[in-house]
Amino acid sequence: MIDFGFGLSRSSAVRLDEVDLSLYRKLEALEPGVRTCMACGSCTSTCTAGPWSGMSVRKVILNLQRGKNVSDMLQACMLCGKCTMVCPRGINTRHLILSLCRIYDEKK
Amino acid sequence: MIYQGKQKIWSDYQKEIPSDRWFYVRSCIRQSFFPASEKYFLHICRDLLGKDIYETEHHTTCGGIAYHCDTIPQETAMTIVARQFALMTEAGYKNLVTSCITSFGNYTEILETWREFPELEARIRENLWKATRREFEKPEYVAHASDLVYKFRNEIAERAKYRLVDAQTGKALRIVEHIGCHYSKMFPHKGIGGAEYPCVLSGMVDSWGGEVVDYPERRHCCGFGFRQYLVKANRSYSVSNTHKKFESMEPYRPDAIITNCPGCPYFLDRWQYVIAEQTGKTYGEGGFGIPVFTYEEFAGLMLGIDPWDLGLQIHQVAVEPFLDKIGIEYDPKAKYLGLNKEEILRPGLPQRLKCF
Repeated sequence: MIDFGFGLSRSSAVRLDEVDLSLYRKLEALEPGVRTCMACGSCTSTCTAGPWSGMSVRKVILNLQRGKNVSDMLQACMLCGKCTMVCPRGINTRHLILSLCRIYDEKK
Repeated sequence: MIYQGKQKIWSDYQKEIPSDRWFYVRSCIRQSFFPASEKYFLHICRDLLGKDIYETEHHTTCGGIAYHCDTIPQETAMTIVARQFALMTEAGYKNLVTSCITSFGNYTEILETWREFPELEARIRENLWKATRREFEKPEYVAHASDLVYKFRNEIAERAKYRLVDAQTGKALRIVEHIGCHYSKMFPHKGIGGAEYPCVLSGMVDSWGGEVVDYPERRHCCGFGFRQYLVKANRSYSVSNTHKKFESMEPYRPDAIITNCPGCPYFLDRWQYVIAEQTGKTYGEGGFGIPVFTYEEFAGLMLGIDPWDLGLQIHQVAVEPFLDKIGIEYDPKAKYLGLNKEEILRPGLPQRLKCF
């Protein structure tokens, strides 16, 4: 092995065949607009809670598509609806978050 | 989404590329990384397709590399670009074609900034006049060289000696296409297919007989990222990005990678050596790695240009297994011969990544 003076992180490559999409599918059924998200990040950049809480609608959708848990992030949302106003795809992000909360509540 | 809506979005992503009379600006780094790519772009366009493509020895870097490394402010890059426009105006051309993806992004970003802030354009015009006594007209059209090759892909296919097909089995070769981030991620409507369906390279692969590989990290950055590579302490971030892409594409068994950016082919190619030396892992068949090509090299190979004239001996990953698959003729002994056909120094071979 050669020491180049810098290392290599463990790969975070997504393997879509192994991802559990059950939560995302439930969300799709309640808020079909989620399919049109292009991850532009307009929602995240306008989020009032984002800078200090880590809330990001873009990350919520992306993590769901990768089968990850997003319940912690949802708790930071203040439901102000600014993300809904700026979404270029017209996704009802406020409804998206409320639907997700409902899905998590049903799981409990 | 309703069908008409889809058609509307798709039509927004198309580019009406002028077919002739271009002012060509080279990349500042490609000639050391892939020395024959620009030469053969000009050869294909001028000599084979009969297009008028002009270049001048007076043009310089566009400043994009320094701008994206945060070493010069945008106003400096703007004045450099204004001088390139002045050279184009003096030569009597109105369409600008760039060899480099970052140049394409830089020119586009500057023109968009001037459109939004005309007072800034006026100041840059004044700067240029004071510094060089030059004036300029803005280009009517800015394209990347891969846009032109995409436009002429079927003409190239008609003249092709080879196709992206396995000569033994007759099956289409599996090709990963990697588009530089500055092509359509900054200004989606400037790239063919936009940011969501960029088809500038997949269109070439389809026309030349190959099969495009779709894999999860297809649109992930190659890892170059300017500062992420140029500062040694950050190189871990750069190589980890490349590693992630290779881990993602590996299960799909690609035969080769085609790229349209100066940095991407370099890093996808060279980091395979570093990953092999750091982890012992190689990608592709037989421990040779996955060969990475520029779109000009691909076009040149299809047209039957000698691989060593195309500069493929400069690649880290051996290209011979891929050439053998297609059935491209080459002389293995001529790989490291100089232009005078005499033996020059041979490079040291890697320990883990197989190479000839």
